Amino acid sequence: MSDNEALQNELNKHEYAAGFVTDIEQETLAPGLDVSVIRHISNIKREPEWLLNWRLQAFEHWQTMIEPHWPKVDYPAIDYQAISYYSAPKDNSDGPKTLADVDPELLRTYEKLGIPLREQEMLAGVKEIAVDAVFDSVSVATTFKSKLKKAGVIFCPFSEAVQEYPELIQQYLGTVVPASDNFYAALNAAVFTDGSFVFIPKGVRCPMELSTYFRINAANTGQFERTLIIAEEGATVSYLEGCTAPMRDENQLHAAVVELIALDDAYIKYSTVQNWYPGDENGVGGIYNFVTKRGECRGKRARISWTQVETGSAITWKYPSCVLLGDESVGEFYSVAVTSHCQQADTGTKMIHIGKNTRSTIISKGISAGRSQQSYRGLVRIEAQAEGARNHSQCDSLLLGDRCGAHTFPYIEVKNPTAILEHEASTSRIGEDQLFYCQQRGLSEEDATSTIVNGFCKDVFDVLPMEFAVEANRLMELSLEGAVG
Amino acid sequence: MLKIENLCASVAGKKILRGVNLHVKAGEVHAIMGPNGAGKSTLSNVLAGRDAYTVTTGTVLFHGQDLLAMKPEERAWAGVFLAFQYPVEIPGVNNTYLLKAALNAKRKHQGLSQLDAFDFLKMVKEKAKLVDMDESFLSRSVNEGFSGGEKKRNEIFQMAVLEPTLALLDETDSGLDIDALRVVAGGVNQFRSADRAIVMITHYQRLLDYIVPDVVHVFSDGRILKSGDRHLAMELEKRGYDWVKEEATHG
Repeated sequence: MSDNEALQNELNKHEYAAGFVTDIEQETLAPGLDVSVIRHISNIKREPEWLLNWRLQAFEHWQTMIEPHWPKVDYPAIDYQAISYYSAPKDNSDGPKTLADVDPELLRTYEKLGIPLREQEMLAGVKEIAVDAVFDSVSVATTFKSKLKKAGVIFCPFSEAVQEYPELIQQYLGTVVPASDNFYAALNAAVFTDGSFVFIPKGVRCPMELSTYFRINAANTGQFERTLIIAEEGATVSYLEGCTAPMRDENQLHAAVVELIALDDAYIKYSTVQNWYPGDENGVGGIYNFVTKRGECRGKRARISWTQVETGSAITWKYPSCVLLGDESVGEFYSVAVTSHCQQADTGTKMIHIGKNTRSTIISKGISAGRSQQSYRGLVRIEAQAEGARNHSQCDSLLLGDRCGAHTFPYIEVKNPTAILEHEASTSRIGEDQLFYCQQRGLSEEDATSTIVNGFCKDVFDVLPMEFAVEANRLMELSLEGAVG
Repeated sequence: MLKIENLCASVAGKKILRGVNLHVKAGEVHAIMGPNGAGKSTLSNVLAGRDAYTVTTGTVLFHGQDLLAMKPEERAWAGVFLAFQYPVEIPGVNNTYLLKAALNAKRKHQGLSQLDAFDFLKMVKEKAKLVDMDESFLSRSVNEGFSGGEKKRNEIFQMAVLEPTLALLDETDSGLDIDALRVVAGGVNQFRSADRAIVMITHYQRLLDYIVPDVVHVFSDGRILKSGDRHLAMELEKRGYDWVKEEATHG
């Protein structure tokens, strides 16, 4: 057996642990998308008139838009009429409940995924994390809600926020990512079902990590969630997001929108571990992850930090961005993206400098293995009024094997001469000499690979929340198992 | 300890080793000298198990085991250590982390318990003193931003931590100034013991003033042409290698 065959066999062994299906009765809307579907979703969620109108306007606009084909990814045309736009566990369709009412089958699902939904089960000494569990189109449970409420923090499913805090939703929804922003954002605005809502009032430091765990379960459905996080003056929050889906031969669409708003001196840290089903070794199945994530530093000295570890999805199209409106505001993007098999990713960030003395940092580490193709696409724009703006970008790509590709598309637009920008980029192959060095010291080939890759990602892993660091490491090891060539 | 018989190896179809015979007993220090391109580094790489080299014929027994049948890491566990001629940089990988992973992999193989972080750090700090290495090097990335001399020192430090029974030193002295050479040689000498052997590849007799070998070999055209005691090295220093080659052809 040649080395390459041996490696390919190793790669094929790679198992996607989250690939099971939960057998539960679900209410699923027949495939298809028209005004009646949107009215139906809005009706199920008992939405106010203005929100329905917002959806309908978005839908109208979406119909005039053309699916973007500028990303360096390749896939057959998506039939938007073949997707079901709503699916929920049957007894959960009428809104959130207490944990005692949640179907035990759902609880078992999250247990299997390692997501803690029972508050009392938290071990002593382990940091508490509040979890919002979104299953297909609905949130099925949210933990620590009352404890958070005491601190003034609102953390609840989006649908619940529409009922309980309509004025906040109306004030902020679509103000960072307008309904007409892009093709998928418009689609999301029309058909979004659930997601998380976070509000941290003035001066409050959120007492625990907040997290949302997105799970796609039903077949032939899309997941279109919307997350809105608002940190008022001086507020601080760290939010984590995780995602998985069953292994299916069909591709499934996930088109989410995330909006972050940071007022004066607020700090939002948004971390993602994205592990959507990536498809099998021949590129069959997997999630199309077409997501719009944007944060706006609306206030002075506000700071928004995107941290992500991406190992999943058949295709990723995602550019978590920061609009640095407030003077001296700070935007950060730390990303590790791993693609193997036939995965494709076109991902990066946008840093839009508008306020004076705004700063941004971009550190992107891309690891390509198998036959995957990965592109970094990033924009740094310094507007004319952004005196004294600074950006530092570093984009490194690591290639494992000789059948994958790494590409870098940096865009820089500077309209103010006082700006200082630095851009570093590198592409390297995992060194045979590095592997041999580690093996000579006594590490197995797999341990050597994961050690070298971890070292490559260190700058990003260092800023991951503790809770995620372990998970991220484990995922990376799984994704890269035997992926050396 | 080490028995090499008629070892032939090639790289990318090119024959480099052409029948190496070498016996090394525990406790011995062997020096291998010879002109550039003679295949000295190939020998050390083949012994350590580097992929790019193909062994065509010959056997290598290490403590009676077939060394050539073992993976590089298995050779490391069995007690083979290669101090690289050009130690590679591994960005982001902490020097101590790599050593701890390596040592624990070896211990696991030997059925020993894993060293905990505290005991390990204590041991490592002691070993760092052996080669006069500043503790700050422990937390730096493997060889990253190290000077040539620091890299070589780091190799000997790693050897001291991993405690192999057979150390292959591939031009550990090249690129070292006199002071560094003295320190590195001091580390190697402390490592010498009755149950360990050292095979060192060098171009310079100078190293042998500090690490006195039991046997000196002249390596040329992929094999050992002549062996002797340390006086052979002194003669080489004076007369070069050509006379050995001539002697080999005519004798």
